Amino acid sequence: MEPKSCSGDGNPSRNLHPSKPLMAANFLRCLSRIQQTATNSSVGSRSRRIRRAAYASMAYSAGHRRAWSWALLRKLRCRRVRPVILPRRPRIARPQVVIEIDRAEVLRKLVPGGTGMDYCRLLEETADYIRCLATQVRLMQTVTDSISS
Amino acid sequence: MIAQNSSDTNSQKMSGRRSRSRQSSSGRITDQQIDDLMSKLQSLLHEARVGSHDRASAAKVLQDTCSYIRSLHREVDDLSERLSELLDAEGVSSAQAAIIRSLLM
Repeated sequence: MEPKSCSGDGNPSRNLHPSKPLMAANFLRCLSRIQQTATNSSVGSRSRRIRRAAYASMAYSAGHRRAWSWALLRKLRCRRVRPVILPRRPRIARPQVVIEIDRAEVLRKLVPGGTGMDYCRLLEETADYIRCLATQVRLMQTVTDSISS
Repeated sequence: MIAQNSSDTNSQKMSGRRSRSRQSSSGRITDQQIDDLMSKLQSLLHEARVGSHDRASAAKVLQDTCSYIRSLHREVDDLSERLSELLDAEGVSSAQAAIIRSLLM
């Protein structure tokens, strides 16, 4: 089922990530928890928590099937009640001597987990990461718009 | 078909397991596959109105991709800050009601 577009222009966005409803649910749950527990915090610290929640809910929605989400989850070290066994991904042996400049060096640093994969995989992961990020941004924009209206 | 720049031949050994007939590497990843992935990336960027609409070189697509990812990261930061301010001002229940209402519509 095509996820409903919240872009407001009525066109179903082709680059919405398929797990958008799940992402929305995760993010809202985090938001309401932050709102309840951080009422006396500064705007800055709450903002950092919200940001962290955004990346966490993105990564949770993508699950372990993606290298970038797995790397993000490891980085965020989310501790959930449900025990999760992360499969060890086989690390690709990198060449010992690096002579040429990796053309995708900058991209590898931007995509979570990008440093450990080959070029082809990196491109795949990048596309999925971009779709997911764009969906998360749209989701946050929708939430922001609806609160402030 | 994406136009490749001249440094590609030098960097192909490092950047991936590109399979050409002269190389003895795994052979599973073909140039066609990489071109297809590049096209997919480029179309994603087009939809986001980033970059040129002509066939761009691989390096340009990578560059545009990087700047697009950076701008998305910035948007997440900005929206997080905005949300933080809004949650401060709004009461608990009215914010939640507004969110739920917007998602159900």
